[in-house]
Amino acid sequence: MTLPPSHDDPMQNGPAQKPAQRVVVTSPRTRAPRARRPYSGTREINEQSELGAVYMRTLIRAQRRLGLSVCLVVCGSLGLLPVLFTIEPDLGKAEVFGLGLPWFLLCVATFPMLLLAGWFYVRQAERSEREFAELVERP
Amino acid sequence: MTSGYAIVAVLVVALGTILIGTYGLRVSRTTSDFYVASRTVSPWWNASAIGGEYLSAASFVGIAGLIFAYGPDMLWFPVGYTAGYLVLLTMVAAPLRRSGAYTLPDFAEARFRSRVVRGVASVLALAIGWLYLLPQLEGAGLTLNTVTGAPDWVGALVVTVVVTVNVMSGGMRSITFVQAFQYWLKLTAITVPIVFLIVVWQVHGAESMTKPEYPTFRHDTEVRFHNPTTIHAEKSIFIKGSGEIDGLRIENSGLVLTDGYHRIGQGSLFTFPEGAAVPHVSTMAHNTNQTWAQPESSGERFPLYGVYSLIIATFLGTMGLPHVIVRFYTNPNGTAARRTTLIVLGLLSVFYLMPPLYSALGRLYTPELLMTGQTDAVVLVLPARMIDGIGGQLLGALVAGGAFAAFLSTSSGLVVSLAGVLSQDVLRLGGVRGFRISTVLAGIVPLAMTFVSTGMPVADMVGLAFAVAASSLCPLLMLGIWSTRITTIGAIAGMLAGGVPALTAGLVTMFSDTGDSWYEVLLSRPAAWTVPLGFTVMYVVSLLTQRHVPPGVQRTMVKLHAPENLGLDGSGPASADERS
Repeated sequence: MTLPPSHDDPMQNGPAQKPAQRVVVTSPRTRAPRARRPYSGTREINEQSELGAVYMRTLIRAQRRLGLSVCLVVCGSLGLLPVLFTIEPDLGKAEVFGLGLPWFLLCVATFPMLLLAGWFYVRQAERSEREFAELVERP
Repeated sequence: MTSGYAIVAVLVVALGTILIGTYGLRVSRTTSDFYVASRTVSPWWNASAIGGEYLSAASFVGIAGLIFAYGPDMLWFPVGYTAGYLVLLTMVAAPLRRSGAYTLPDFAEARFRSRVVRGVASVLALAIGWLYLLPQLEGAGLTLNTVTGAPDWVGALVVTVVVTVNVMSGGMRSITFVQAFQYWLKLTAITVPIVFLIVVWQVHGAESMTKPEYPTFRHDTEVRFHNPTTIHAEKSIFIKGSGEIDGLRIENSGLVLTDGYHRIGQGSLFTFPEGAAVPHVSTMAHNTNQTWAQPESSGERFPLYGVYSLIIATFLGTMGLPHVIVRFYTNPNGTAARRTTLIVLGLLSVFYLMPPLYSALGRLYTPELLMTGQTDAVVLVLPARMIDGIGGQLLGALVAGGAFAAFLSTSSGLVVSLAGVLSQDVLRLGGVRGFRISTVLAGIVPLAMTFVSTGMPVADMVGLAFAVAASSLCPLLMLGIWSTRITTIGAIAGMLAGGVPALTAGLVTMFSDTGDSWYEVLLSRPAAWTVPLGFTVMYVVSLLTQRHVPPGVQRTMVKLHAPENLGLDGSGPASADERS
């Protein structure tokens, strides 16, 4: 495989050796499989350079933060319920739509909330992967 | 309740499963077909298959039984089983698919490049799988016993044979179709009857389910005690029939059952009068319908600990179940794995709306199950009890068929994944023949275990399998995916520190009688202490042994986290294949 002349990453304040004549026309939002060209970012990662490690660490951190926050918000709010019912036993006797509050929360309200959280997570995770792709494929 | 229709329904489900499996046989030829369905499964098929595989005996009959007996604390079972998929989605789904691992041991090896880590993960996956298969077989025994009166071991044997033959002949491709079919069958089988039952309940005047009274017999009810049972009567009642009470033999005569505890002999048959308060089995709390509907009504000694332990086990245990992991390999890439998981969340949410309805209606219509202790049968018994004649029998048959589908599908999934682990890591037999030998072994062991276990509720047993998964394989996945600092020694130490105590606690609870000891809840719900133990040991030992960080961890991380279509980490040809 022949490699095109190396490009400098815009994040590095590298030498002024810009390949001005080369114009890469891509649409990162396309659904079709992209022609795989060794752009600078992907090559940095494949060659395990310091910069590549920074790229990866950024992605992993972003994904970990997203995953943990969705988990903590959802599981944390669910996890509060048993304590609340213990501290305030009257809550267990309250009624919503003719159902006891614990029944309403655990049988009816929880599931849409879980779905919503899952949908939000998938959307955000795919967005951050798109941003990562745009970042590393930038010439 | 013996019903011809129900027997037919069970037979149809078993035969249908085998037929669909055989159809798949013609498609699956090579070893790679066998293992991974050639990765040609779309997200909806895949999600239905995951749902079909995941909704086990515990979901179909067990949850309703536990809520029926112990009240809303048990609602954490369905919530946890579903929320487990949210945790799996957010923390594990895409990286796990990108790791290219087919089983958990594969993941362990891909991440840590160590045969030892792989070995420990294999042993744990086997233990979890067998622990999970056991309640499926017990549930099958219970179902066949309820609908035909056959002894408990018959159902277990039938399920083992059908599943083993099916997996041996069809492999995973056919299993994917079988599983997807099973989800929709199960959803139908649990939804259609409950719609009718709710209509009937409305017609009967929509009686309140939370009256401040003990459940009462709606009619003169004849009850057979299949096992020696200690019951507690709230008020004295006059009963008729034959059998043994407190060591006293009675033949066809009446007797006043005074309030308090009584021991009823095996095979007794008594008729309880209409309107009398239902005695309950001695291990259950003394609850009126009103107090039953309150949180912490289960009468456990440390209810809050029990609830939190259950939450931890189910939320974190899902990702460590061997048969769930396998399904992620049949997604074409990490993004599809996420979308599949999201669909699964939706499918489970719909299904889990149903079991609590059965539980609540059961308090009104089948209260005698509180006395015989066969609470797991509430879903199976309710339709025929509430609707007279052929309608009720047909609905009962539908439920029985659905329940049997639940045992078959979960067991199939488990046997496939256990056979994978066995053939690769334990027997070291490659090819289709090795897979078939392993399949037989994977099925026989739990069948043998059913003969020695004590009958605890199936959902509780499944809870133990979740606890072991949450305290051993969950730390391996979570820390392995998100931290570069985990070392091989740390991974092994953590898995053992969490898994061994949880497994021991589970086995002690299952196979011996811990009775009323203060530590009983620590053993029957171990997750709250074993999960933190597993995580802490894995992380701390890793920090202490930083020289043993596996080689090439950065490259592994790229593989786990980078989107596939960027051509990172030299995965060029492989990812090109995936796209085609």
